[in-house]
Amino acid sequence: MDKVRTTFEVTGERIRRYLEEGKRFDGRTPFEFRDITIEKNVSKKAEGSVRVRIGKTEVIVGVKMGVSEPYSDSPTKGNLMVTAEMLPLSSPRFEIGPPKFEAIELGRVTDRGLRESGFIDLEKLCIIEGEKVWTVFVDVYSINDDGNLMDAATIGSIAALKLARLPKYDRKEKKVLFDELTEERIPLTEKVPVAISVHKIGPSLLIDPTREEEDLSECRVTISFNKGIISSLQKSESAALEIDEMKKIFEIAEKASEDVLKQIEKKIK
Amino acid sequence: MRIKNKMTTKFKRPDGRAIDELRPIEAKVGVVPNADGSAMYKSGDTIAIAAVYGPKKMHPQHQQNPLKGTLRCDYNMISFSVSDRIRPGKNRRSMEISEITKWALEPVLLLDKYQNQVIDVFIDIIQADAGTRCAGINAAAMALAHAGIPMKDMVSSVSVGKLDKTLVVDLTKEEEDFHEGEGPTDIPISMIHSGRITHMQLDGKIGVKQLKEAIDLGKIACEKVYEIQKKALKDAIDMENGGKE
Repeated sequence: MDKVRTTFEVTGERIRRYLEEGKRFDGRTPFEFRDITIEKNVSKKAEGSVRVRIGKTEVIVGVKMGVSEPYSDSPTKGNLMVTAEMLPLSSPRFEIGPPKFEAIELGRVTDRGLRESGFIDLEKLCIIEGEKVWTVFVDVYSINDDGNLMDAATIGSIAALKLARLPKYDRKEKKVLFDELTEERIPLTEKVPVAISVHKIGPSLLIDPTREEEDLSECRVTISFNKGIISSLQKSESAALEIDEMKKIFEIAEKASEDVLKQIEKKIK
Repeated sequence: MRIKNKMTTKFKRPDGRAIDELRPIEAKVGVVPNADGSAMYKSGDTIAIAAVYGPKKMHPQHQQNPLKGTLRCDYNMISFSVSDRIRPGKNRRSMEISEITKWALEPVLLLDKYQNQVIDVFIDIIQADAGTRCAGINAAAMALAHAGIPMKDMVSSVSVGKLDKTLVVDLTKEEEDFHEGEGPTDIPISMIHSGRITHMQLDGKIGVKQLKEAIDLGKIACEKVYEIQKKALKDAIDMENGGKE
């Protein structure tokens, strides 16, 4: 099933030619990220929420907490659930209905980046061992798709998790009191997993594509970095990569992840 | 924190394998007589079977692509292939692996030649002991070749892992659950025999330098898988010829 591509072939040709000279329509260099803006607390009902804009791309990410039973293989750990929805509101190419593969992948790749890095200290989210633990729900919704929802989803998740506060838990009644937020934050570590997607268009590599550029992408490698450590990676789409090309992608992503982390930290102090 | 790479041979794997040693592999084609092509790939206790049907006319018709043929992959774990029974049917994980399998295999096929048609690849995991997506891709690549579908080259897949600080090849479930030191890192990689990467994923913790080494290690391991795939395909032809003569 081919994705819907709406970028005209002539435009595509021009984008390719520009890239070969190291240029892009919006004046960026191939390895330059767009400006990120983060708006805090966009939904009062969420334990933490943000609106993230990367250029014209926009997502909102909310964190909700719940209390449930732990998984049998991790009785002392809280749970993490990440889902992503590509809302029909955010692009003429997204349709109503059960999630398409793209949305499933968006959620799963974001989930693995957060989980594998150890960013959330799940051990500290245990209430009663083997019985009651906190579950952290991170839900990503696209509001406007102008490319790179993938990286936007992770940036939003990091920000929303940093802002979230735990609701009160009534041990007697075994109930979560959502209207009584405590001052307690979700236990996070220093390992902030910034995901960077590197795309391949013809012989060129680039990061943070616009919608038009993403349409032309033959292959995407999303790598999640924290402090120089890669905690998850996913190559998507079927174009094959030379081994040396893949190695170069690691370096591009590492550099970009440092820049993006600085931007996030500046914006949510 | 910098990861030092020590490819020490002192590191003991639970099953006593060398760090670059694959599990015992069995591969066979023609395991599903009804299919146009089929294969079984067994790596240790992980068993995958794959069957190919097509190229045939695409159904449903609205999914026909007049420009090129479609490769459709379906990865499925049989409910009793793991200790905790899996609910039968699709889930998010299996849908992702199906798509990844398609991406891993597509570059070697000449899909332009099959307008409006589909090549169906069904992969079932009979028994799982880690590395199921790699076993599935290996079986599927063999099944495509067995079906006589023109391919530019073979695709071979292997999972490279890092246990604490040591890179190893072809993780078992026991090794995936290893939790000492830096814990386990799983890096499934698929390569075209000519040395291009068609699939790569990673879960865990690893530095850039060591990940580059992991790719090189994967290349060597894929080479070994390739020889086994090739032998299984050749054996099948020899047997057929032997039977007729």
